[in-house]
This record gives sequence, C-alpha cells and structure tokens, in this order.
Amino acid sequence: MAVDRLLPTQEAEDLLDLTRDLADKELATRVEEHERAETYPEGLFATLGAAGLLGLPYPEEFGGGAQPYEVYLQVLEELAARWAAVAVATSVHGLACFPVATFGTDAQKERWLPELLGGGVVGGYSLSEPQAGSDAAALTCKAVAEEAGYRVTGTKAWITHGGRADFYALFARTGERISCFLAPGQVEGLSFGKPEEKMGLHAIPTTTAHWDGALLETDRLLGAEGQGLQIAFSALDSGRLGIAACATGLAQAALDAAVDYANERTTFGKKIVDHQGLGFLLADMAAAVDSARATYLDAARRRDLGRPYSRQASVAKLVATDAAMKVTTDAVQVFGGYGYTRDFPVERYMREAKIMQIFEGTNQIQRLVISRGLAR
Amino acid sequence: MNIVVLVKQVPDTYSERKLSSGDHTLDRDATDAVLDEIDERAVESALQLKEANDGSEVTVVAMGPDRATDAIRKALSMGADKAVHLSDEAIHGTDAIGTAKALVKVLGTLEGTDLVLAGNEASDGRTGAVPAMVAELLGLPSLTHARELTVDGGTVTVRRETDDGVTVLTAELPAVVSVNEKINEPRYPSFKGIMAAKKKPVTTLTLADAGIEPSDVGLSAAWSTVTESNPKPPKSGGEKVEDEGDGGSKIAAFLVGQKLI
Ligand SMILES: Cc1cc2nc3c(=O)[nH]c(=O)nc-3n(C[C@H](O)[C@H](O)[C@H](O)COP(=O)(O)OP(=O)(O)OC[C@H]3O[C@@H](n4cnc5c(N)ncnc54)[C@H](O)[C@@H]3O)c2cc1C
Repeated sequence: MAVDRLLPTQEAEDLLDLTRDLADKELATRVEEHERAETYPEGLFATLGAAGLLGLPYPEEFGGGAQPYEVYLQVLEELAARWAAVAVATSVHGLACFPVATFGTDAQKERWLPELLGGGVVGGYSLSEPQAGSDAAALTCKAVAEEAGYRVTGTKAWITHGGRADFYALFARTGERISCFLAPGQVEGLSFGKPEEKMGLHAIPTTTAHWDGALLETDRLLGAEGQGLQIAFSALDSGRLGIAACATGLAQAALDAAVDYANERTTFGKKIVDHQGLGFLLADMAAAVDSARATYLDAARRRDLGRPYSRQASVAKLVATDAAMKVTTDAVQVFGGYGYTRDFPVERYMREAKIMQIFEGTNQIQRLVISRGLAR
Repeated sequence: MNIVVLVKQVPDTYSERKLSSGDHTLDRDATDAVLDEIDERAVESALQLKEANDGSEVTVVAMGPDRATDAIRKALSMGADKAVHLSDEAIHGTDAIGTAKALVKVLGTLEGTDLVLAGNEASDGRTGAVPAMVAELLGLPSLTHARELTVDGGTVTVRRETDDGVTVLTAELPAVVSVNEKINEPRYPSFKGIMAAKKKPVTTLTLADAGIEPSDVGLSAAWSTVTESNPKPPKSGGEKVEDEGDGGSKIAAFLVGQKLI
C-alpha cells in the first residue's frame, strides 16, 4: 500500500506519483533478476534521467528539478522500496554532483552542471581508500600540480558505480592537504578493479580505481586547493540523508511484505498477525519505520530552511539504518523458514540493510559526529 | 504536421471494475481512473512523429467526465501540446456510434488536421469500433490495428496486424490510424513535462460548443441497452483429472467440452 505522505506542494505529489509509477514498472519488475544474476541494469539510469529523477535537488537554471530535500528524499525512499541498489546509486549520483553545484565557480557550474544534472550521465563519489575509510583524512592518493593540470597517482576503493559512472567526485592529496576534483569516467591512466563480491546491492558494481599518472585539467579542481575534506564532509551531510531515506524505503518494503504475509499465514487456527506475540513484533517494526521517516524528514526540513543540520543528518542516518537492519531482520522472522529462502524478498532486504549501517560513515562514526556536538 | 490523438480515461485495469446498479453503465467513481494504456501508445506514436517532423503539433482530444482532465494532463505531460475536452453531463452512457459522432464534431473545431491517431480498442468498453467509425464519418481512410506506423511526405503507411494476419496499408493524408499494443513502449512523463503540462492550453467544450445534437448522444440515444447485469461468478474449484495413463485424452476431452479446442 502506498505510504501516506505529507508533501508540501501539488508539484511534489505529482513527482511522487511519477516516481511510484516508474518504480513499479521499471524497478520492481527487474530487481529480482539483476540482484540474483549480479548484472547491471542497462538503460535504467537513462530512464530515471529522462524522467528528471537524477537532478532533483539542484537548481532549475542548470537543469535540476529545484526540489527541496524533503521531497527529493521521499523520491529516493520510493525507489529504495523497490530496489535498494538503484536508490543508493541515485543518492550517490546526487552526492557526486554536490561539489560542483556547491563549491564550483560560476564558470565550472555552467560548463558541467547541465550535463551532470541532465539525466544522460551518472556520477560516482570517490573518497575512500583501502586504508582510509572511516579515517578519510588518511587517504594517500596524490594529485601533483603541473603546468598542464594535476597528475593523479594512487588507489581509491569502494566506489559505488565504479567503472560504470561517467564522472567522479575525486578526493586526492595535493601536498599536505586534500583537494576535490571532478574527474571524468574515462581518462588515460585510470583503470578499475573487478567488482567486489558483496553481500547485497549486487546489480551495481563497487570497485577500486587505480590512478596511474592520469592528467586532470587544472579547472577540474573544485573549490580551493586544500579545501577537499571540508567539501567531502559537507557533501556527506547531504549524502547521509540520502542513505537514511534509502534505509527507510527498504524498511518500509520489508514491513509491507511482513504485514501481507502475517495476514495470510495461519497457525494454531488463526492468522499469525492475530497472535499477540507476532502482532507486537509487527507493531515495533511499524514504529521503527515511522520514526526513521520522521527523523530524516526533520533533518531535511532544517536543511531546506538553511539551518544547520549536520547533527540531525547523522542522527537520521543512525536511526534509519539501524531501523532498517532491525525491521528487515524481523521481517525474516515473520516469514519463518520461508523468510530464510530466496523464494521471498525479505532475505535480500536483510542483506541490503547491513551496508546501510556501514557506508557514508559507519554508525560508529555517526555517533562520533553526534557526540562531538555534545561535548563542551 | 498536425496530429490529433483521441484518448480515453478508463478504470485502471488493475482495479475491480463494476457496473452501476441504476443504469448498468460503468461505475467510474468506484475505481481509479487512468489514461488508457493503448492511448498512451497512440500519444507516443504522435510524439515520435512530431519529433521527426519539425513544426508538428500534437493535440489530444478526450470525451468524458470532468475528471478525464487527469488523463489529458498525463498526455500533455508526456509531451502533447494542447488538448480539447468534451465534457457534458449529457454524454453519460453514450455508445460507440454516439461517441464517434461526437468526436467528429470535436475534430471539426480543429483546423488543418493531417492525422488522427487512436488506440484500437479501449480497455473498458472494448467495442474496438470508434476509430473506424470516426474515419467513416469523416470520409477519411481508416488504417486500424497498426503495429508499425510511418509517415513519408503526404503518405502514411502502417503494418496492420490482427489475428487474421499482417497487411501493409498505405493512404494519403489526412487519415485515421488506430494502433495496437505492439506499436511502441510509451515514454514516462518527465518531471519537467508534468510541470510544463500545467501551463498547456486545454479547451473545454460542451455539447452546444461543439455543435453536437443532444439527441445523438447519451444513454437514450444508444443503439443497444443493457437490461441486466451480474458479477462474474467467483472462481470454482476446477476439475481434477487423475492420470491413469489416459490423462492426455481426458484433458483434451475437457477442453473440447469447454469448446476451447
Ligand atoms: C557497498 C559499498 C559501497 C561503498 N560506496 C562508497 C562510495 O561510493 N564512495 C566512497 O568513498 N566509499 C564507499 N564505500 C566505503 C565506505 O564508506 C567505507 O567502507 C566506510 O566508511 C568504512 O570504512 P572502512 O571500510 O575502511 O572501515 P574502517 O574505517 O576500517 O572501520 C572498521 C570498523 O571500525 C570502526 N571504527 C573506525 N574508526 C572508529 C572510531 N574512531 N570510533 C569507533 N569505531 C571506529 C568502524 O565503525 C567499523 O566498524 C562503500 C563501501 C561499501 C561496502
């Protein structure tokens, strides 16, 4: 059943209708096949892009949809309720556009944003390295300034859409400090590792990238030299909201599946939903989904009003992804033995939920951010 | 090229459809209403022709109650340029012939139409006759059941596909073409298209505006009358065939009994 959402405008209602229609027809119908076979959904991002779903939170003058985060995140949630991997990659695309849109000069925005937001391309976000995940400041990939531009050498890791994306927000060390670049998806001296063999999110590759002296033109530097970590973290504040929304959508899908099943399956002469012990489990699941949604929407509304929201974004990421893990695990429980098989989607949901607690800052790191804000 | 697409709002095929108890017409309020999928394909065909022929314009024409505006918006958000909506209490219950007559009058309010496109059969009434009747009343060539459609200069060519086989038809424009479900995959409206659609012109006509005689439309003018209707009986348990080496012949006998083979 469609989630009863509070949306600020008729425009937003129409957008959510479009999203549900498209997600039902293009995502829900293909997810099983691709997640099982670990194959990339060719053409799907072009469809999302043509519908205008790949530039939603960015300004109209550069081809974006000019939607507040409150609305954009609910679109991500609907996508995630059908196909977590696609929703995550969509969120990461938004994250990859953030440095140009927020820290680019007018000339850089004019040059790149229309293409990045136009729906014909997808982006990746390349901060992590094998030895530098939580501790992003420990990254070692180097960008050395030359007359013609920056020469990049080093290894990046864990890139969502790696090898498939058309561009990357790349973070590399320029001397002592870190800088942010808009890197093309293909350039001489850039190669990608074979996709990681993951627990879930099988349809979208996650790869390493090997930079072997590739040259990036000077004007691909975004913001000032050395401003990279600031850019990375401010992008992640927004990205975490995206992950919170994806986790909420995933949890919603698991709840819906569990509720349907509990209303059909009978034991001891009644529907299992009517056994209080199981009904209360479902009640806790519903409460977790609702509070996840409320929490990310609170953070989003603060962002939309231009208020500080970093702490609320971390809380939202923590609450929503922990909710997703709990709800998906309990959904498997509701299905009993059937839940443990691939005949039903709940085991996949459970596998997909786990990563949400890890990427874009593990939930330990979210607690670190939150507690730092509490320390006097 | 000026292309007109005839579109209809129908009950969502995924919802349960009912006849209203009073006059046995379709209970349109009981279900979600959508732009008929076959008409989405007709709109898609029109948009493809528009994209291939600079300076073309796509007009959608719909006949139906007020809320058919939603179906019209959908067509406009896909990319059609403008719309005409015949909306009048008095059209309730109109049959296929009355519909064709009324649509022809509405088409008469538009100038310079080169091509009229439609779906070959609406998913609710399923008479599948309106496009051909419209062509007949307009005195235009009728090319129905198209699975492929091309326009080259002033000539339209379709591959007509029915249970009887495939034929290739050509005609000079103006002409009426109805498309089948294999013609194309309709595009999704884009978010920008949805926004733009709100600003596109929709002309609403009453019977009088379109010059339609009230006696030509409505339930009372319909050539056929539904006197009684009953819901489909619920699915029964079916018949089990035990295979004792003769399962095949038993199944065949069953199918013969049902007049299926
Ligand atoms: C499927 C997938 C997709 C990804 N996509 C991207 C992407 O697109 N772009 C990108 O840049 N990265 C991406 N990542 C990387 C991801 O963000 C990192 O894996 C994550 O930040 C954790 O880093 P790590 O793996 O190095 O773990 P580590 O940092 O080694 O952490 C190991 C454990 O120690 C804990 N820990 C670490 N430091 C502390 C501390 N100070 N206090 C308490 N506990 C701590 C962590 O919480 C964790 O439990 C992706 C990862 C995966 C698996």
